Parts: sequence; structure tokens; C-alpha cells
Amino acid sequence: MSRNGPLALAFHAAFVTFMVAPIAIVVLVAFTPEGFLSVPTTHWSLRWFRAIAGYPEFIEAFWSSLLLGALSSAIAITLSVPAALAVSRYRFPGRQALTALFLSPLMIPNVVLGIAFLRFFTQVGIGGTFAGLVLAHVVIVFPFALRLVLASATGLDRALENAAISLGASGFTVFRRVTLPLILPGVASGWMLAFIQSFDEVTMTVFIATPGASTLPVRMFLYIQDNIDPLVASVSAVVIAVTLIFMLLLDRLYGLDRLLSGRGRD
Amino acid sequence: MTAVDPHPGPLPRQRVTLRPWLLSLPALVLFAAVVVTPLVMTVVLSFHDFSTMGGIKPVFILKNWHDVFTDEYYREMFGRTIRIALWVTAICAVAGAPEAYILSRMSARWRGIFLLAILGPLLISVVARTLGWALLFGGATGVVNQALMKLGLLSRPLPFMFTETGMVVALSHVLVPFMVLSVWAALQRLDPQVENAALSLGASHATVLTRVVLPQAMPGVLSGAIIVFSLAASAFATPAIIGGRRLKVASTLAYDEFLNTLNWPLGAAVAVLLLAGIAAIVFGANRLVERRYASVFE
Repeated sequence: MSRNGPLALAFHAAFVTFMVAPIAIVVLVAFTPEGFLSVPTTHWSLRWFRAIAGYPEFIEAFWSSLLLGALSSAIAITLSVPAALAVSRYRFPGRQALTALFLSPLMIPNVVLGIAFLRFFTQVGIGGTFAGLVLAHVVIVFPFALRLVLASATGLDRALENAAISLGASGFTVFRRVTLPLILPGVASGWMLAFIQSFDEVTMTVFIATPGASTLPVRMFLYIQDNIDPLVASVSAVVIAVTLIFMLLLDRLYGLDRLLSGRGRD
Repeated sequence: MTAVDPHPGPLPRQRVTLRPWLLSLPALVLFAAVVVTPLVMTVVLSFHDFSTMGGIKPVFILKNWHDVFTDEYYREMFGRTIRIALWVTAICAVAGAPEAYILSRMSARWRGIFLLAILGPLLISVVARTLGWALLFGGATGVVNQALMKLGLLSRPLPFMFTETGMVVALSHVLVPFMVLSVWAALQRLDPQVENAALSLGASHATVLTRVVLPQAMPGVLSGAIIVFSLAASAFATPAIIGGRRLKVASTLAYDEFLNTLNWPLGAAVAVLLLAGIAAIVFGANRLVERRYASVFE
């Protein structure tokens, strides 16, 4: 049912190939039965996935990335709910500046944030710790969490809350029984988007990670700098799989284009 | 990536209250401690002295800034950073804008699938995506190189790794979804009836494209270009993997100063300059776009 001409469709096909090819090749190479980089043609093998087991630093980093993502997103979303309610329902001097501050990690290059965190954490004595990683990740995923909570809090029908209040509910009960359930889709999607952002972050983390407290993307990055082999392709394939699961969930729950452009339900 | 005001309409006037500040206090404390303080410390650090023997000396000198601005090495490296970012921005505009238009003309079902394929990579680790480019074009083992050589179309592998071209191609792949998103958002404000009206009044398809669609898409292209440029100029993982240890850009140089040479004050100066440069360009361009296209944003 396309209204695009043949030329447009050819361009479209080339564009989609350009987008998908580098990701597809990583997944293909991960299944090679050979000991070197190659695309499997006749035989497929899981040997490079089994080989990951021989590299405890990848396994460790995988679990630590999952924990880091879950924890920092949970903290970020917990902080962003009251902040989003403040920004969406009150007009007060400094409101715009506050919003700009909360969204500022999107504007500041991650390299600069990484350097600033490295300097700061070393000075205050939490350099190279997991706690430092969590703090840094809370900050960089906060704007993503805030935007989605904000979008759902802005569209909220205040009449429902007023009804609860007029029926005698206390402030906290209104929040727990009315407001929170209403903004829950935004909270859940915000947590997931924040998790993906944390799980994939490398540029900032590479500055503050140490062998004792690292993440999977950082391990992969440092590994690739020295050599590129099928092992790192199979590790990448695992990362891509984890991201894809979250992505499909998010697309169902929220819609990917709306999610990424940061626009509310409009 | 500007601060989006979620509801431009006026709210009913409220009496002065501390509640919004109390509600945002936890986040505000976190940001004051972990964003503002470290950034200020980094700026201060860029004025400190460093020697291999004595480490960092907390004095106020302009040596790092003088070096960064006058040394040929840094000038070349910042020049490369800007050159790469400009190429990436141009490629993303030329490829991403038409793609967004094509997407907007598709049926909803196909559009959903292709949006997932085009925007999805945005969420996939940039390390994995850059690895993909290394596997496709990296030296003699690169899949595309091997295929072309087998077909006899190439005698030597295409130079890709450790080249600026390679960085530009891989970065364009990483960042073009932002352009598609931005143009896509601009085109959604376009009423398809306007196109039909132009056609029914006898305009050719080319005229409709240049007179109706393009003016509507242009603010999207420009704001997409601002996003792509700022992200390309500060990109780290992709230039580090494709460029290797020799072909440096601003962010990989800062990384080297921090984690290899350990000259933190100089690295801080490079980082602060990168931040200031990008901020100046983004704010300047934003002002320009908003003034030029004020009517479209209304």
C-alpha cells in the first residue's frame, strides 16, 4: 500500500540495509564454527558462546552491568517521580532552570561527564568503587526517566485526584492509590529506557571503571582495542539479544518513536 | 535535545509554595553534588600544573590552555574532530531526511516494522555496532573486502580501519537515527491534504517536494543536524575503535591524557574546550533556527 515510487523504495532498501548490516554481521560471526573471524555458511556452531564461560571477566561484568542498570534506573526513577510532579503541576520561579538542570546530562558530552566524575570520585574517595558507578549512572539515565514520567504526569486528569481528596483521602493515600497507578506506564517505560541506557553506556563509564568495578561494554571496548575475534562477537550478540528483548517490550508498552523523541501522548 | 517545556499553556496561578522545591529536593541535591560540583572541579583542574615527577600541583596557571590553543598537534586534532563531525552531519542530513519522508508515506504496519529497524540500533551498544563495521570492512578479514576480492573487483582490501573515512561512515550509522527522528517529528505536522491540494492545482511532484515538503521538513533537518553534530564531535567509542591509537579526535585525546599520560590538567583543558565549543555551536545554531523558522514552530 506504499505511495512511494520505485526510486524511493530502492533508497529505502539501501538505507535499511545500511542500518541493519553491521548488527546482523556481528550476530552471524558469533555463530562461526571456525577459530577465526568468518561468516558461517554451511555449519553453525555455539562454540564461541561456550567460550565465553572461559572468560570470567566477561561473565562478572555482565552481572555487574545488569545490577548496575537495574539499581541506577530504580534510583533515578524514584527521584524523578516527585521531581516530575513538581515540574508538571507547579509554576514557580526557577522552574525552567530546574528542568534544564535535570535534562543537562543529555547536553553535556559523556566524555566530559566521565572526566568530571573521575576527578570528583577520586577527590572524595569513592574512585573505582561500584557505588561510584551507581551514582554516575543515576545521573546519566535521570533525564530519560524524567522525560517519560513527565509525559505521563502532564497528561494526568487532576479531577480524579480531586475526587479522592473530596472523599476524604489523605495526601499520601491519593498519591499511592490514584496518582501512582495513573502514571505507572510512564514509570515502567522510564525505568526500562533508563536500564537500556545504563546497560549500553561506555563513553562515560570507561573513565571511572576499574578492573574491580567494571561493566560489560567497557570490558568489550578494552578487549576490542587489543584484538577482534569471534569471542567478542558472541559477547556482543548476547548484549544485542538483551537489548532487543527490552526494546520489543518498550515498543509494545510505549511505542519506540514516541519514546525516543521524548514526546508525550499527543 | 533542548529542555522541552511539557505544557506551554498557562497553569492557573498558584500561591507561592515551597512544595515543588521540596518534591524536587532529592534530585536537586544529587545534581548539585554529582553534576555541578564535578564540572566546576574539572574547570579548576584545567588551570592546575602537572609534571611527571610531581604530579598535579594545585596552582593557577594558563599553561594547559596556552598549549591547547597554540600547539600544532592539538590544532590538527581539533580540526579533525570538527571535519569528521561536519561530514557526519552532512551525510546524516542527506540520507536521513529522505528516509524520514519515505517512512511518513508508508502504511502504518510497514512503518512500524521499519521504524523498529531504523530506530532500534539507537538502543544497541555503540561498541557492538562499531564492531560490526570492523567485521564488515576491517582489513583482509573484513566480510565485504573478502567478497569483493573473491569476485576480483578488488586487489587490496578497502582502507577503512584507521582512516577518517571509516570513522565518518561508522559514526553516520550510529547517529543517523537521530536525524530520522527529528525530520519525522517535523513531517508529522505536515497535513497530507496540503500536498494533495498542491497536486490537484497542477503542481508536479518535484514542485510539491521543494515547495511544500522541504520547507516543512527543514526545521527538523536543522535541529537534527545540531544533535548529530554535537554527538559526532564528542563521540568516543567509535573513533577510538576505528581510529586506533594514532588517529586521534578530541575525546580520545582527553582519554589518553587521563588514563595513559596521566596529565589530568591538560586532559581537563581539552574536555572543557570541547564542552564549551559544542555548547556555543548548539546554542548559536538553536537561536538561529528558532528565529528563522519561528512561524513553523508556532
